[in-house]
Amino acid sequence: MSATRRNLMEGMTPDAGWRELSPAAQVFGEGNSLFFNTGEWRTESPAWDAERCRQCLLCFPVCPDSSIPVAGGKRGGFDMEHCKGCGVCARVCPFGAISMTEHGREAAE
Amino acid sequence: MSRNDRMSGNEAVATAIRQINPDVIAAFPITPSTEIPQYISSFKANGLIDTEFVAVESEHSAMSACIGASAAGARAMTATSSAGMALMYELLYVAASDRLPIVMAAVNRALSGPININADHSDSMGARDSGWIQIYSENAQEAYDNMLMAHRIAEHPDVMLPVMVCQDGFITSHAVENIVIEDDGPVRGFIGSYSPEKYLLNPAESLGVGPYSVSVYYMEIKRQQFEAMNSARAVIAGVSEDFAAMTGRDYGMIEKYRMEGAELAVIVMGSAAGTGKAAVDRLRGSGVKAGLVKLRVFRPFPDAEIAEAMGGVRALGIMDRCDGFSACGGPLGAEARGALYGRAEGIKTVNYVYGLGGRDMRVEDFEALFAELARVRDGAESLRCRYHGVRE
Repeated sequence: MSATRRNLMEGMTPDAGWRELSPAAQVFGEGNSLFFNTGEWRTESPAWDAERCRQCLLCFPVCPDSSIPVAGGKRGGFDMEHCKGCGVCARVCPFGAISMTEHGREAAE
Repeated sequence: MSRNDRMSGNEAVATAIRQINPDVIAAFPITPSTEIPQYISSFKANGLIDTEFVAVESEHSAMSACIGASAAGARAMTATSSAGMALMYELLYVAASDRLPIVMAAVNRALSGPININADHSDSMGARDSGWIQIYSENAQEAYDNMLMAHRIAEHPDVMLPVMVCQDGFITSHAVENIVIEDDGPVRGFIGSYSPEKYLLNPAESLGVGPYSVSVYYMEIKRQQFEAMNSARAVIAGVSEDFAAMTGRDYGMIEKYRMEGAELAVIVMGSAAGTGKAAVDRLRGSGVKAGLVKLRVFRPFPDAEIAEAMGGVRALGIMDRCDGFSACGGPLGAEARGALYGRAEGIKTVNYVYGLGGRDMRVEDFEALFAELARVRDGAESLRCRYHGVRE
């Protein structure tokens, strides 16, 4: 966590009184969506098959939550804390390397 | 220095805006405020101002553009009336809760229906709970003066709230009156430049304005707004004092007119206050102890000032140029009675709804109204609220 990001969170707690909160809840600093775990919203989860993946990188630019990390020209595993399970990546993958599973379905099957 | 001139209320307000020379104006034409953006366009075309004029496609967009500009750090203004203001309602709350010191020239006009273009206060009364400071003007001079004070009030660090300066459509906005116009230099010195502490176009600091606020934060943000509106009382008094030092024209939250020893009084806002004063003068001339209280500021509501002004008043008429359709009176009636409760009790009150859709409120109407108040003082039964000047 960078210094800016720490400052951003300081004081913005459920215990803070109205005088302590920033005026009109103004937010200072950037990149604060990192602290918002949109992964909790997921009802379907993507699974990445590294064997089938050809590293074409068509998937990462379409992810609305930047949940497909890319390093050294190759994608890695999903950031499940932020993936909302929209399934756009699975739809664009030409090699069937991404599959979506509905939560609860695993146990039922 | 100042000069004597003659102007309509719209021209007076446009002149104030020329002197203010704001960074951004976003406006959409609607009668009777149309002349204001029209004048501004001509000022811009003639090189008298360097304002960015945004000709938007609706009033919803006008207020949205003002919100964006103000959050970016600009001094932003607009002008509107009636249905135009109603189309802004959603954004008025955003401007106030985001604490953006936007200034609006509001030219009061009835709301539909029946469709009508003339004066009443239904439009700005619909925005009375939006968190905007509301200042009402009796005549063109006051509309001009209130506009010159608006930015100092809005942008004060203890306030940071939007301000609407209201004047009555046509009666004030289009009638040409004698007026004193201050010189540009002193006016600009009085208003000063705007340097917000936090703004979106500041490259040195990242900022987010208007975030989603869950229930654990929302109420604290509203409590901040309450504090700002309450602080506006002292700021309005201070700015008005500075303005009086510059111009000799002294304005309070309310104006007490011949209230010394008054037994009968009316509370009134806007242009009808001038008519009411003429009636009070006539009545005083024939020995009737009549007086008038004019509200200049409706938000924040001058509750203590109203109660203090009552003195020995025994019967009070509270004048609403708007029917809130509570079926028990208008908004001013409800709030003025609330102000008296526990402070100045025992006064008999009648809430009059008058002047809707531009219906004339003449000196004779006030005289008839004061005659009824005298009967009420002497024990006559009266409705708590009734329409005045309507055909039965």
